[in-house]
Amino acid sequence: MKYLLLAYHHEKKWDSMSQSEKDKAVSGCHELDAQLEKAGYLHAGGSLAHTKDTVSVRPRNGKPLVTDGPYVETKEQLGGFVIIEAKDLNEAIQVASRHPAALLNEELGWGVELRPFEFFKQA
Amino acid sequence: MSGGDARTVEATVDAVYRSDARRVLATLIRLLGDFDLAEEALHEAFRAALEQWPGEGVPRNPRAWLVSAGRFKAIDAIRRRARFDAAAAELAERLRESTSESAPGEGESVEDDRLRLVFICCHPALSPDAQVALTLREVCGLTTEEIAHAFLTPAPTLAQRIVRAKAKIRDARIPYQIPEQAELPERLDAVLRVIYLVFNEGYTASSGGSLVRGDLSEEAIRLGRLLHELLPEPEAAGLLALMLLHESRRTARTTPDGDLVLLDEQDRSLWDRARIAEGAALVETALKSRRFGPYTLQAAIAAVHAEAPDAAATDWAQIVGLYDVLARADPSPVVELNRAVAVAMRDGPAAGLPLIDALFARGELGEYPLAHSARADLCRRLGMTPGARASYERALELTRQEPERRFLERRLRELPLR
Repeated sequence: MKYLLLAYHHEKKWDSMSQSEKDKAVSGCHELDAQLEKAGYLHAGGSLAHTKDTVSVRPRNGKPLVTDGPYVETKEQLGGFVIIEAKDLNEAIQVASRHPAALLNEELGWGVELRPFEFFKQA
Repeated sequence: MSGGDARTVEATVDAVYRSDARRVLATLIRLLGDFDLAEEALHEAFRAALEQWPGEGVPRNPRAWLVSAGRFKAIDAIRRRARFDAAAAELAERLRESTSESAPGEGESVEDDRLRLVFICCHPALSPDAQVALTLREVCGLTTEEIAHAFLTPAPTLAQRIVRAKAKIRDARIPYQIPEQAELPERLDAVLRVIYLVFNEGYTASSGGSLVRGDLSEEAIRLGRLLHELLPEPEAAGLLALMLLHESRRTARTTPDGDLVLLDEQDRSLWDRARIAEGAALVETALKSRRFGPYTLQAAIAAVHAEAPDAAATDWAQIVGLYDVLARADPSPVVELNRAVAVAMRDGPAAGLPLIDALFARGELGEYPLAHSARADLCRRLGMTPGARASYERALELTRQEPERRFLERRLRELPLR
């Protein structure tokens, strides 16, 4: 089964930090990511750009309306995602528990949400 | 070592996964002392097999190879992870203390590991719900989603139940071992209860639209077989027999539309004779041991039913006798109810009715729909229509099963108007 891991963080807190503080906060991520990769559950993944670089498109009066900013304004914003293949939800939880956002920077609102999904069927 | 092209090797790895993955997992849990770590190690071991076997050939003893590969990779992984993860750090420390344990390849000790796994999944420190979930996932290899679906539970709820159960085993340091002789009867009881719970959930869904969820029953029978094979105790044989004998009537107990057919109205030619023969033989062995208990007695009752060509020819005297023994071995209001119904079959409904009314008068089974429908049935046979109507209606209020509801409504419609 496939699961989408969505990694969240508190963006305003992040913005208020100095570069050296940020470097320190993410210093463990690289190694954890590498360990995750090595375990062989990963399909794909990546880090997301800041919400200030985000654009949303939604229908207004039957036409797509383009606005800047994320779809929902919340304290915690999506910062990264990973697609994994696991036997079941519990194995996926085990994998998610080793993601940097499940282990590091509690005070920066890090956390992982786990959503089962399937790719659209190829026509 | 023997070579082979990649496709053949892949098929071999698949076959080994199906036949041996649960055994390898059971041994890895013992060696690593942690469920999650063992599961990851299992995953890694099979991945390594897919990478290495095409080049190096399939090892002579694949299971031993997988255990050793999994163990090596897990220890490696846990040491690397210890820097970030407090739980991993503790685990690494514990593994350092117990490094030089040997990994058994085959034979008895591997089967012991499977038995250890059954016992730890059914450990009394875990809630009954957690015991069932853990057993189905770790011993039977069902996925969380499959178990959630079978028990009509949201998958996240079930997943958390499993996470918490594993955490409890880890934090309470519940030992991964087969119970000592003195402790065995009680611990075995817990295992039997879990298996029977799974069976009943499949046989009679406690709620919802379908009376039969056969996959769970099949899984329970597989578990029962495994337990009986690993631990040939009389009650393990008794439970397996009981499940086989119930299961033998599966096709006869519902109509094609999913309606309930009572035992006395079932088409006995639909009963599965092979299962009956296997069940009856197991009952006999268990009874001979003289150390049998409630499961064997219930199986013996089911076997008497199975031997009768029709309901009227059933040896009701023997069934009442077996219920008498059961009521002493494992007293419960439900056993008394079943005994009352058997007495009604042996001596007529007028003999059974006061026994059921006495149960109600003691405040027992008032909320149990089958007690009311049994009473209604006796009243109906005695021509006591108002009493039958009141009891069917009470049963109807209490039942949560769709097929049972339809059955009771049909019985109500069939009652004479006055």
